[in-house]
Amino acid sequence: MNKELVQLHINGRAYELSLEANRLLLDVLRQNLGLTGTKRGCDDSSCGACTVLIDGEPQMSCLMLAVSYQECEITTIEGVADGSRLDPLQRGFSVEGGAQCGYCTPGMILTAKYLLAQNPDPTEQEINDALSGNLCRCTGYTQILASVRRAMELLREAQLQEAPAR
Amino acid sequence: MTVDPVTSRGSHRGSSSSLVGARIPMVDSADKVTGAGKYTDDLTLPGMLVGKILHSPHAHARIRSIDPSAAERLPGVHAVVTGRETPVKYGILPVGHDETIFATDKVRYIGDNVAGVAADSESVAEEALRLIKVDYEVLPAYFDPEQSMLVETNLIHDGKPRNIEKEYHHHFGNVEAGFAEADYIRDDRFECAEVTHAALEPHSTLARFDPDPDGSVTVWSSTQVPYYLMRTLAATLELPEEKVRVIKPLVGGGFGGKSEVVPLELAAAVLARKAGAPVKITYTREEVFYAHRGRPRQIVELKTGVKRDGKITAVEARIIQDGGAYCSYGVVTILYSGQLLNALYDIPNVKFDGYRVLTNKPACGAMRGHGTVNSRFAFETQLNMIAEVLGIDPAEIRRRNLLHPPSMTVNGLRVLSYGYPECLDRVVEQSRWKQKYGKLPYGKGIGLAGSHYVSGAANAIVRAEMPHTTVDLTIDRSGRVTIYSGASEIGQGSDTMQVQVVAAELGIGLERVKIVAADTARTPIDLGSYSSRVTFMAGNAAIAAAREAKQQILAAAAQKLGTTPENLAMEGERITCRDDSRLWLSFADAAALVVGSDGALRASGSYSPPASAQGGKYKGAGVGPSPAYSYSAQTVEVTVDPETGEVKVDRIIAAHDCGKAINPTTVEGQVQGSVWMGLGQAVQEEMMWQGGRLMNPGLLEYRSASTLESPPIETIIVESNDPEGPFGAKEAGEGSLAATIPAVVQAIHDAVGVWITSLPVTPEKVLKALEEKESLKP
Repeated sequence: MNKELVQLHINGRAYELSLEANRLLLDVLRQNLGLTGTKRGCDDSSCGACTVLIDGEPQMSCLMLAVSYQECEITTIEGVADGSRLDPLQRGFSVEGGAQCGYCTPGMILTAKYLLAQNPDPTEQEINDALSGNLCRCTGYTQILASVRRAMELLREAQLQEAPAR
Repeated sequence: MTVDPVTSRGSHRGSSSSLVGARIPMVDSADKVTGAGKYTDDLTLPGMLVGKILHSPHAHARIRSIDPSAAERLPGVHAVVTGRETPVKYGILPVGHDETIFATDKVRYIGDNVAGVAADSESVAEEALRLIKVDYEVLPAYFDPEQSMLVETNLIHDGKPRNIEKEYHHHFGNVEAGFAEADYIRDDRFECAEVTHAALEPHSTLARFDPDPDGSVTVWSSTQVPYYLMRTLAATLELPEEKVRVIKPLVGGGFGGKSEVVPLELAAAVLARKAGAPVKITYTREEVFYAHRGRPRQIVELKTGVKRDGKITAVEARIIQDGGAYCSYGVVTILYSGQLLNALYDIPNVKFDGYRVLTNKPACGAMRGHGTVNSRFAFETQLNMIAEVLGIDPAEIRRRNLLHPPSMTVNGLRVLSYGYPECLDRVVEQSRWKQKYGKLPYGKGIGLAGSHYVSGAANAIVRAEMPHTTVDLTIDRSGRVTIYSGASEIGQGSDTMQVQVVAAELGIGLERVKIVAADTARTPIDLGSYSSRVTFMAGNAAIAAAREAKQQILAAAAQKLGTTPENLAMEGERITCRDDSRLWLSFADAAALVVGSDGALRASGSYSPPASAQGGKYKGAGVGPSPAYSYSAQTVEVTVDPETGEVKVDRIIAAHDCGKAINPTTVEGQVQGSVWMGLGQAVQEEMMWQGGRLMNPGLLEYRSASTLESPPIETIIVESNDPEGPFGAKEAGEGSLAATIPAVVQAIHDAVGVWITSLPVTPEKVLKALEEKESLKP
């Protein structure tokens, strides 16, 4: 298959790649760019481990042709922390036991990031609805729920601290 | 990346009383939440090839011939290996060496391993598989264990008459006398569908051979058992063990599915040797389902006799397990299913007839709660049935059958710590059981059950004169502590546990302690992460190593401070004179004294179970004994829709006796994960077979529950402080699974009045039972 020159915008950086048109974004991230935080857990888009954000919205990179996303801003788990400072969701998952084996964690965090960007104060049902496409086999989801809630608290605290400065 | 935990690690600094029992984020959590951590499939090596395996399309067939020549000629193919080149037999149990890397004479299940290919790319490798010509002579195949047991010809393995892998007939006490004494006897048949681990990370292995003359091989693999993998690689590749190095990167969940050597691990190595290049094989999700080694389909015919007051007089179980085509852990699984009828209750007379049967399906193996889960489902359900008939509260009938530790069961299981009574009391209280059981409106119900599990097997699979685990540590001049441990972190928190207990023992902060784990060339032997052995065994070994280091430090500090080691306290990163707190040395300065005089500060600790915990002398006595057992009691509340048969689980409360929660967050996570996996087996998970073909080899078809089907799980930690456990700890990662299933089944009975004795409890089964109940009405 012919290759084409492709530009992808990932985690605030531009990458130029020569890619066949049938290459999946998941494989390009993992194999071409070494961004292995995005995981493959199934063959048929059932697990959500490969979730990335496309212009802020969660999508499964195992279903996406890389060449089709040149105009988009792609965020992977490697782009979530601010330098060495972890995102509140990353801190929440770390502290509340939301990451046991860690394999579903990148997808969970990215999906939750979208949720909290849309709705900073989701109910339990809204969190469960949002995360229902991301499967976990370790936790039974109880500590994942607690992790998201901890992140919500951390975000609120951060906002309160910022408020006087404004 | 810098760890940026929310809780200040400094707040736990150096006090063992605050470190043990502290909610510590896992030491590898930063790697997991940032995506920086590497799992096997994340690794690449220069010149690495893609490996693929050709699987059998037949459930049972003789291989007349294999012609790989067309595949070998395909451009981009670097190696093709068939069974002719891989004759050495292996298996996880010494009594079960019945597998070869690739089939030599026969294939025994759809998916059996026929040949391997290493190629430049996945697409070339797949094309090469299609070019391998295999001539099969199809044989009769057997899919049902009760039918397979009747067969005389075309046996699955030569030397296994009636396709029985192994049978055991145990009799402890006198069941005839026990049943004669009973006021009420029940006899029921239970069936449990086959289930599988489905860890989210598909199995993956990367293998690299060093060039001649060294010829050493390094294998990175998603394994729970690096040491056993190293041994099996050495045996099957016919290499001395010192030339084989196994490294376990991060592992994305195991649950037993990575607790024995999986064919791709050997295939990657044999292909790498032939190709002269590194080879990585990662299973597709479908291949993971066929590789399997999960919990077998099990039939339990159970008979229990009780006195009028509910006191058990005798138990007799006939258990058949559908083991699939190879032995795997099967001999252990069938033994556990009988042996662990004991050690939860006081049962004076027990008879067990167990049959592990071969069928033409993928081999079953060890899965979370290994061997105990289906027997426990049957036992607890029948106990609840008995309680109902006798009009005894289900919690009360359990209290009337408690053990009185320290005790030894009739089959030789030693029980020292026993938090089960407290587990029962706590769930009864928190669930408001007395106000609910039998009193909820039609369609709503509550159930209760118990379970237990080993904290590691007291007898190793491989009988050799060595400890079950050894932990080394070094301390350098800066006071940095490095733990070297063979124990395998698979998400359960074993690395964190070891860091925590070493820091606690040395009276220092967690950030001083690093761990190097699960690399057979760098770390001492640990038998692996299975049978919930790691906290108990590696935890004890880590503490022993830390104590040895502590002695060296105290001796040097005593000399420097002009006092005796006994007069020194080691806490808060300081070594301080007990009688004069102005005299002290920092931990780092004291460590530097030892390094200065001895050149190094090294220590080592080991653990072996005591002889008193190793069980009896009869055939099969080695399986079941453990240095300590965990205990769990649970209540489950459900809503059953009598129109559709649908069961919705509303609330689960699980009390788990883990001895001592070294890290409560991790313990709760382990208990919740176990309960959730039990719930999956109870109501939705099932391997559906048709003619040896799996009908649902995907995570959605297998119905792995999402957030939407997963109720919140409330956990209660019960701490019985085991006298031999590390800081009193026992297992936490498996023992809760089994109780969930019978508690769900009882809750359904409480809701709509039917007992479901076949798993999973599907809406169809509930409806059918309701119809039958209706038709019996006059």
